[in-house]
Amino acid sequence: MANRFDVRRQNGFVSVAMLCFFLLYLPIATLVVYAFNDNDSVVIWKGFSLRWFHIAWNNALVIESSIRSFQIAAVAAVLATITATMAALATTRTKPYPGLTLKYAFINQPLMVPEIVTAVALLIVFSRIKIWTGYSGLGYLVAAHTAFCIPFAYLPIRARLESMDLSLETAAADLYATKWKTFRHVTLPLLWPGILAGLMLAFVVSLDDVVITEFVKSGGQDTLPTYMLGQLRRTVTPEVNAISTAFLVLSIGIVTAFFFISRKRT
Amino acid sequence: MATAREVAEKAERDDIRSRWLLSTPALLIVFLAALGPLLIVVVYSFLTPGNYGDVKWQFSTDPWVSVLFERDVFDDTLSFATAYLSIFWRSVSLSLATTLLTLILGFPTAYFIATRPDHRRDIWLFLITIPFWTNLLIRTFAMQQVLRNDGIVNSVLQLLGITDHPVQLMYTNFAVLAGMVYVFLPLMVLPLYASMEKIDFRLVEAGYDLYATRFQVLRRIIIPLVTPGIVAGSILVFIPSLGAYVTPRVLGGGTNLMIGNLIELQFGQGRNWPLGAALSITLMAIVMMALLFYVRNTTRSDGAHG
Amino acid sequence: MFSHSYHLMVRIKLVSRLPPVNDHAGEGNILTAIRPAVEAKGVTRIFRGTGQDSVRALDNVSVAIRENEFFTLLGPSGCGKTTLLRLIAGFDYPTDGEIQLYGQDIAPLPPFKRPVNTVFQSYALFPHMTVAENIGFGLKMLGKPKAEIEARVDAMLKLVHMQELKNRRTSQISGGQQQRVALARALAPQPKVLLLDEPLSALDYKLRKEMQIELKRLQHETGITFIFVTHDQEEALTMSDRIAVMSAGNILQVGTPWDVYDHPAERFVADFIGETNFLTGMVESAGNGQARIALRSGAKICATAAAGFRAGGNATLMVRPEHAKLVKGRGDLTGTIETIVYFGTDTHIHVRLDEGDVFMVRQQNSRSASCGFENGDKVGISIGDDAAQVLKD
Repeated sequence: MANRFDVRRQNGFVSVAMLCFFLLYLPIATLVVYAFNDNDSVVIWKGFSLRWFHIAWNNALVIESSIRSFQIAAVAAVLATITATMAALATTRTKPYPGLTLKYAFINQPLMVPEIVTAVALLIVFSRIKIWTGYSGLGYLVAAHTAFCIPFAYLPIRARLESMDLSLETAAADLYATKWKTFRHVTLPLLWPGILAGLMLAFVVSLDDVVITEFVKSGGQDTLPTYMLGQLRRTVTPEVNAISTAFLVLSIGIVTAFFFISRKRT
Repeated sequence: MATAREVAEKAERDDIRSRWLLSTPALLIVFLAALGPLLIVVVYSFLTPGNYGDVKWQFSTDPWVSVLFERDVFDDTLSFATAYLSIFWRSVSLSLATTLLTLILGFPTAYFIATRPDHRRDIWLFLITIPFWTNLLIRTFAMQQVLRNDGIVNSVLQLLGITDHPVQLMYTNFAVLAGMVYVFLPLMVLPLYASMEKIDFRLVEAGYDLYATRFQVLRRIIIPLVTPGIVAGSILVFIPSLGAYVTPRVLGGGTNLMIGNLIELQFGQGRNWPLGAALSITLMAIVMMALLFYVRNTTRSDGAHG
Repeated sequence: MFSHSYHLMVRIKLVSRLPPVNDHAGEGNILTAIRPAVEAKGVTRIFRGTGQDSVRALDNVSVAIRENEFFTLLGPSGCGKTTLLRLIAGFDYPTDGEIQLYGQDIAPLPPFKRPVNTVFQSYALFPHMTVAENIGFGLKMLGKPKAEIEARVDAMLKLVHMQELKNRRTSQISGGQQQRVALARALAPQPKVLLLDEPLSALDYKLRKEMQIELKRLQHETGITFIFVTHDQEEALTMSDRIAVMSAGNILQVGTPWDVYDHPAERFVADFIGETNFLTGMVESAGNGQARIALRSGAKICATAAAGFRAGGNATLMVRPEHAKLVKGRGDLTGTIETIVYFGTDTHIHVRLDEGDVFMVRQQNSRSASCGFENGDKVGISIGDDAAQVLKD
């Protein structure tokens, strides 16, 4: 019996798609597998072992830079999300007003400029400020991360606001809610998924950053990615695989949790 | 008591004022830690390099001259700076190749996801986004392990008897290209998927009804419908490819530089900050041109629909 | 299409309990003595567009809406009816004029300070709250004690027959049920006036009919003034105590359904509400609310006419299709039958007049006989003394 004619089918597309998924996961799988290799080199498989995880765990530099990564990401993501939420409220659901386009351009600016250029610019400015003020703490990294996280936090929040039914707030005002009460009881609860998405995006993007951090950091301020970048210069041991694997599991954990939470909500 | 008109006008003024107040923190942070410094980069590109990095406050157009030209040490004549030009050329051509390859791989993948039943689509989409969420450095590092002389690619090649000694893949243009395709693929698939999801398949049915073959349907109906997605995806891949720094550094070694690495060199070993600044502005100019192309293209396609 | 015409006619006559009033000449009428709940006085709303073009959505509109009445703003889209409603609710401010609520100008007040509630076209139910939370929202915002809110919510749920769905999310109930929740929510704070912005337009035909009756019941039980916006003339005729017919930012006529259907003030009103035949002719004599019109065909017809028509002037006549009769042989008009359309309750017969226009006649059907005419028949149309009216253009 002849198969039903499927209008959606295109010859070879499924194979390419499968190849694509295979290629996407092959390197990651390799990386993870060799993290469990009981050998000093990444090359030859000698047997299953958790030894590199132990070594990484006991490496003070790894732990220290991991903690620093999370500290920066947490502070930057929260700051970026709060300011981006405010900015999103200020730039959506209005007829055009003077300065609106300028605000869009400003907020999305970090997305448009190659990271390396921003990194260089920050290096120039912050190195001056370091000399003038003598302060060389984590503030610079937090400021830089917050700035490039803002557009990532802003986009989902804005999208959520724009898809929100304006008549809901009108209805609240009609039902005796003042501006603030309308925000608290209607706008904010409805915006919450967008804010959460923005926060998560900002957090992951901050954790992900290598280039800007590499240029802005002062001595002894390695984050996990810059520490790893330094490690890649020498012969890599499976310790890097182990760190990477842990990092991978964590990011995927965050994303998966978010995926299922958002699926349940909608 | 104020009239309704006065109240309305005051409400409008208040609204705009509170909108400015609300957006101030974000604007301020972006200005201080992203946009402002960029302006200073422009200033730096017209200064003289200091002896140990940084700059001397002395106006000079030399940095800009040396972006394009080389000054001969002996007779002071200018000739094209072939070293820099070749790096620019490599960056642009590798980025174009990356864009093209991600499109070739990404188009069928996005189409595949978009044509799954609703409940399974989410899962496929999720599979595409997972690598996207994992650290770029880690993904590049993973690619390094695949491409090394004793990596999985060479093992397979030798196992199949195609070659009897390892092929040098690492530290070549190929490695950089493979790495960038790998790293930026999700950026192509997502916008493509977004526009394919909206395809009205009744149009495709109409195409078949009017005697189109599968290929003709693809070419005459599907591709025109998803052009905005193709353009968006291409821009999303092209721009970060052009500014790539980590991937060429890890996979290209010291010899297969791209603009990003060249800029970094000026701030590191090169100790020529003004030249680095001038190169950064050049890179940004290329990116802006690409964005401009994108904006013009999208507004035109919007006009065609409306 | 005006297909359920006969039933509608009957219902109009039943529903419009008030005697016909001509508001334009309504000085000293007993009904104007009832104090208005809402009164718009010279209200103008201009929307400034880009550049030079601005839209005059409302142009010096004045209207008084009585306490406890079911008042409908009827008109095509863009006529300004929703703008007027939004001005009363406080979602928008008039460019000029006053909106009075029991004699007090409320135009400068924000919506949350007006004892007026709205049922939105999209219902605008809060998706993150349950049915009960939605209904209690207004009272909560007013700072009422919890016990009072709960009692009132229960009463409201009972009023709209929704007790079982109290704790459902609004996304888990049907469109008709959402409609009821929206009504209950707007009624819960016991507003002085309830505004309804095309609330039935999203419902299917049968549910719409049900809700029309339900709305009449609610208005009757609560005694609250309802201001209802719709573009559906059938809905307006069946539900309203009085109707304001609007067009292009103006109110053309205010009156009972019977008024606006049978005594339209202008050609637009006659055309917008129901189906109408228009004839042109010359006024032969006028006076005493009557006029004698000489039609182009030469026939002479008696028609009701407002003051202001003088002999010798041109006139537009309107004749409702159900008020004309088809006769074999000569009538007031003659023509040839072009099409006969069967509608179940009645039959529409389109006659091409000898002068060239098409005239429609509606005939009640009976079970036993056909309409008695066929395509191509030469027929006459007889128009009774009471059937025609002279209209302002």
